[in-house]
Amino acid sequence: MTIAAEAVRPKPAKRSGPPAPKAVGRKGLGRFRLADLGSGLIVLYCLVPFYWMIVSALRKPSDQFATTLFPAPISFENMKAAFSARNGFGRALLNSLIVAGTTTVITLAIGITTAYVIARVQFRFKNVVLAVIIATSMFPGVTLLIPLLKLFVGLDWINTYQALIVPSLSFGLPLTVFNLTAFFKQLPAELEDAAQVDGCSQWQGFRSVILPLAMPGIFTSGIITFIAAWNEFIIALSLTNEKSMRTAPVITALFTGQYKFDQPFGTQMAAGVAVTVPLVIGALLFQRRIVDGLTAGALK
Amino acid sequence: MTTMIRERTGRSTVKPPNRQGSGWSTALMLSPTLLTLALVVGYPVLAAVRLAFVQVADQVNPQTGMLERTESFGLGNFAGIFTGESGEAFRNAFWNTTLFTVIGVTAEVVLGVAMALVMNRAIRARGLVRVSVLVPWAIPTAISGLLWRWVFESDGIANAVLHTQVVWTADDSTIFGFISAPFTTVLIADIWKTAPFIGLLVLAGLQIIPKEVYEAAKIDRAGTWATFWRITIPLVKPTLVVAVLFRILDALKMFDLPFVLVGAHKHSVETLSTLAQYEMSNVRYGPAAAYSTVLFLYIALIAFLFVKVLGADLIGRGLKESR
Repeated sequence: MTIAAEAVRPKPAKRSGPPAPKAVGRKGLGRFRLADLGSGLIVLYCLVPFYWMIVSALRKPSDQFATTLFPAPISFENMKAAFSARNGFGRALLNSLIVAGTTTVITLAIGITTAYVIARVQFRFKNVVLAVIIATSMFPGVTLLIPLLKLFVGLDWINTYQALIVPSLSFGLPLTVFNLTAFFKQLPAELEDAAQVDGCSQWQGFRSVILPLAMPGIFTSGIITFIAAWNEFIIALSLTNEKSMRTAPVITALFTGQYKFDQPFGTQMAAGVAVTVPLVIGALLFQRRIVDGLTAGALK
Repeated sequence: MTTMIRERTGRSTVKPPNRQGSGWSTALMLSPTLLTLALVVGYPVLAAVRLAFVQVADQVNPQTGMLERTESFGLGNFAGIFTGESGEAFRNAFWNTTLFTVIGVTAEVVLGVAMALVMNRAIRARGLVRVSVLVPWAIPTAISGLLWRWVFESDGIANAVLHTQVVWTADDSTIFGFISAPFTTVLIADIWKTAPFIGLLVLAGLQIIPKEVYEAAKIDRAGTWATFWRITIPLVKPTLVVAVLFRILDALKMFDLPFVLVGAHKHSVETLSTLAQYEMSNVRYGPAAAYSTVLFLYIALIAFLFVKVLGADLIGRGLKESR
């Protein structure tokens, strides 16, 4: 039956539409092939430098300047050197995890209700509130850091986690609110209306109906905030000066070689791979959600 | 029951009760974010502007004969950064910041739009393309700075592939005798990292253009070029303008790449952010705050022009009611 229906359907289309569809199809196919070549180029553009980082990390230190496309033999000496006790890199990864993780949890805890209110409730100064929140993400990090550095020196906060987490809220919170507002707006408002009809208060409706449904959006903006906090550099560079409190990107950039002026590129590439691979795996697993989250703010 | 609910909700969507939260509960739900932002952004910005007007001077107190630190308010920091040697440093940093932004963002937009058009047409390996595009975005900027420093090392792959012997990251090194080599490397690293990201945003903009529009254009026998300029560009323009604005604001703050790729306080790639951070790390808070205040005003001006002149619709979208 279905086959028959499908066989029948194209016929009227052919009859009513002049040969146009056919031409479109042929032209389209040619373009698709060109586009596939183009997407191959995009993949190369994005991955080749990253590939070079991995290859360089896996070379033997004595082959460091080799230009072959594959490391032969594959060696984990650079990786070992990166994690050697002298560098404090393991601790730096832990620091990054603590700082980025706490920043993400705090911004979500604070941002969820704000985003919900902006997305759903009508109130007088909505434009102003939203404009202020967007505007805060505009300030350059260094402007905020100068007084904060002075303040934190006075508070004896230099080389503490709170000194890294508090300034990170300045970019994390607007990002979270921006992302979550876009997400809440996609949820149909009828859901809360129905909950209210069933006797829920606005707060109950939010907690028991909207919050569970918003989990994917919360998760997405959590990932994006985490990556932004993990990649943060200027705050972590300026508010720490002890090796044990550096974050992973900072400590990697400041690695020194055995001799003062030679830069240990192999070790740095290995550490770079270690810092990046978890993020790339995360991007791989949650690509659809991340792309949705990144583009939601720009579209909705 | 169901019909009753539908009736009720049908009526209530006209003027829904839950969209008119009481003033207090709304304020209560907004306050955590606003208070936090006031503390971590509002206070530091005001304090930074104040610091820019504070001059610190070490003077010998004639009565005690001791060295004393005095603070006074004045325009001294600004006068200092606009004149003399530090005036030159400021002009250089201002010029570099502007040049990085103009060249970088232009290249990123052209490349990003091209990538988006390709991705929109491609049918094979879409998943792979999506993931690849996220890779440069996911790599921390500082790490990508290291990566490009390694690529542009004098014994590195760039010189090997190009058959050149340029010392790319040396401050005074040039290519073709007049283009600053370290400036070029920072630009390349920046474009590599963010062009795919713009591509991703534009792609999302392209995907919401209804197919019927293109079919209508085809019936009208519009050529590829005309379709692109008359249909695609105007329809993705709102997305593009917002993406470009955020990119420009980001580029004006550029710090990680010049700092890691070339080094701290390097003339060829000094930006306003690296200059202010350098002053700050040398405990010259006044000049640092003055530089950063100028940078912040510069950013605010650009954002204002974008919203007013190009109509970058940042808030309006946020206020649109859900369907």
